[in-house]
Amino acid sequence: MITVNGDRMEWHDGMTVAEILEIRNYIFRMIAVQVNGELIKRGTYEQTSVPDEADVQVIHMISGG
Amino acid sequence: MTIAYDYKTRTSYTEDAAAQKAAHKVLLQHSFEPSLPERGYTNRTLHIDLSTLKVTEKAVTRQMKDIFVGGRGFGLWYLWNAITPTTKWNDPENDIVISPGPLAGNTAYAGSGKSIVVTLSPLTSIPVDSNVGGYFGPLLKFCGYDALEIQGKAASDVIVVIDGPKKTITIEEAPEENYDSHVAAEIFTHQFADNDKDFVNVGVVSAGKGADHARIGCLNFSWFDPKRGAVRLKQAGRGGIGLVFRDKKIKALVVHGGKMKGDLNQAADFARTTKVGRVLAKEIHDFDDQQCKMRSIGTAHLVEVMDAYDLLPVHNFQYGKHKDIDKIASTVWQKRFTQGIFDGCWYGCHMACAKGADCHKVMTGPYKGDVVTVDGPEYETAAGLGSNCGIFEPDWILESNFYCDTYGLDTISFGTCCAFAMECFQRGILNLERTGGLDLTWGNGASHVELLHQIARGEGFGLIVGQGVKYMQEYFAGKGWGDLPFMIDIGMQVKGMEYSQYMSKESLAQQGGYALTNKGPQHDEAWLIFMDMVNNQIPTFEDKAEALHYFPLFRTWFGLMGLCKLPWNDIEPADNAKHGKDAAKVPEHVQNYLELYAGITGNEMTNEELILQSEAVYNFQRVFNLRMGMGGRKSDWPPYRSVGPVTREEYESRAERYDKQLKELIGVDPAGKSVEEKMALHRTWREDRYNKLCDAVYARRGWTNNAIPTLETLKKFKIDFPEVVAVVKPHLG
Ligand code: SF4
Repeated sequence: MITVNGDRMEWHDGMTVAEILEIRNYIFRMIAVQVNGELIKRGTYEQTSVPDEADVQVIHMISGG
Repeated sequence: MTIAYDYKTRTSYTEDAAAQKAAHKVLLQHSFEPSLPERGYTNRTLHIDLSTLKVTEKAVTRQMKDIFVGGRGFGLWYLWNAITPTTKWNDPENDIVISPGPLAGNTAYAGSGKSIVVTLSPLTSIPVDSNVGGYFGPLLKFCGYDALEIQGKAASDVIVVIDGPKKTITIEEAPEENYDSHVAAEIFTHQFADNDKDFVNVGVVSAGKGADHARIGCLNFSWFDPKRGAVRLKQAGRGGIGLVFRDKKIKALVVHGGKMKGDLNQAADFARTTKVGRVLAKEIHDFDDQQCKMRSIGTAHLVEVMDAYDLLPVHNFQYGKHKDIDKIASTVWQKRFTQGIFDGCWYGCHMACAKGADCHKVMTGPYKGDVVTVDGPEYETAAGLGSNCGIFEPDWILESNFYCDTYGLDTISFGTCCAFAMECFQRGILNLERTGGLDLTWGNGASHVELLHQIARGEGFGLIVGQGVKYMQEYFAGKGWGDLPFMIDIGMQVKGMEYSQYMSKESLAQQGGYALTNKGPQHDEAWLIFMDMVNNQIPTFEDKAEALHYFPLFRTWFGLMGLCKLPWNDIEPADNAKHGKDAAKVPEHVQNYLELYAGITGNEMTNEELILQSEAVYNFQRVFNLRMGMGGRKSDWPPYRSVGPVTREEYESRAERYDKQLKELIGVDPAGKSVEEKMALHRTWREDRYNKLCDAVYARRGWTNNAIPTLETLKKFKIDFPEVVAVVKPHLG
């Protein structure tokens, strides 16, 4: 299990940041992703795997009209 | 991208413009000496009394600049002095104040052409402020005025013309011009420009025939789009300002300025302003296509995003998503908007998000068959006139967008009003007999637009819808058509103003972001849904209260300065993510604003001082509400539809989420409980949390537990004038 924005979520071996975004339907483009406090560079989400018990933060910038 | 149609094709309305001008009767001509601002301020205000036909100038004092700063602050201060606690919106003394702020009109930094309009609102009976683009405000300032204050009522339809090059201000009877805004803005631009090249130096403010009759009336501010050869419109939408405007019998305000240049603000350090402006322009150029795509879609980029996060209002805010979302998604609008044209509503705005849908062939009403450019839809319009009313046909959304604008009706309020009426129709509170034969079934675009035509004609069921949700609640209850408490639960208004188009049910912070606002539920004060509901970044009441302190005040500052909010956070530096939880503040852009402020005014300021600047005006507005009889915790109470599920269908649409919350957060096992029992448990829990949020927010803002600014707070912001203290004192016990 991992934690994504405070919610518990099923984890599997080799799970990537991109997969997490897809499962959570996080389609907003202006986001910052941190895994265990470390900032993940945009453009590397497909290649970045997330370890079990990771704390993942997907911070959505405010936007809104 | 090649454009496959002739985007310059549109119906022209200027054939009779010269003859119509010849029919004007000049009631007053006043000479004035134009002047340019010094460091952002001209230090004078133009006051016009339409009852007595008097034009005077007022000095902008040091104290005004120190405490009220400009824009919204000036508007509130002038309004405070113009009216009494018993003034009603349609009394002659009610003011309409239009003020660009000290930073408005600079062309160095994107989003710097805004004006703020303040008046006593017919919807809420308290002051309303509305931030609007278009050229009027900056051109007014470059004629020599920090604000325009209009009082009184004309005897017949008039226009007010401020002509800088001619050094005259005239009040003219204008009996012949059609004042629906897409027509009026074009005619008056042609009448008062010296030639075709001069169209860009004319700004027109107007409200159409809908604003004659509806409390949701708005103002249109024009700007000339040279590439299209079209007069475009931006709206001061909220709070019914258009009705006040037409009640004063104003057909249009026209400003004619001299030749525009980049340094007309006579900035203290012009190079400092261009330096930060260039940095932002490069960010927009380099990153907008990967971020919000504001240049190609505008704020409509949010439509499918909101749907994906269950935040898009559907069927009067009952649901947050819809299966037909693809029909009104941003890709659809991208195709409708003519691409490759600069769509900035002021010079130098590289965000250029004021998109236009060209070649819309009008399907109904008095302009049926005309070909027009529709300004928008922006996100709020697509959601309000679209999903919230169950309408997923772009042609109908464009049609109602066009008619809302030209009739001078606020798309946000009309969307929310219509959604309420449609839900009443769904639930049998309304029927064909009660609507005069209009079928208000979800998704009926033709009926939707017919309501607009009825408002403009001042007749039928549309006239009732145009008075706002609060009016409808009382009217329907008075007729015995529906249960008032239920209609209060589902009617999305606070303080008498309709909600803008975001679902706040699952975000406690945004429930406060809407209902704790000064003017009514408009997201321009606070938009915290992602921080709260999605990021789970502000979990405690204190965290939420801190966000409900910082963000409303930061956003208030745009209204003091004459700035647009969008270039703050709809674009971000490439490495903004490095700020982690603070990234939402976009710290580099905050720094840019401090630079811009110092560059123009010559005054250095810290981020903390920026917030304090806003806080004085914000508290003053709160006291102003109190003065007009609206205040205390009860005035900040939201409709339950914005807090939790009102109906069985809403509960069932999110049953898994709500059952989980019952178990994990409320501590009740949902097994064996009826939906009604579970809804009741939720309501008690949710309303209790909202009350606790209020406690935390009021404490953070320096207010009593009943939302009254304390004397210490007034003193801290130097707004403890005797008349302000006198308003507050009786409420402090
Ligand atoms: S960002 Fe859009 S609304 Fe704001 S000033 Fe620029 S064009 Fe106008």
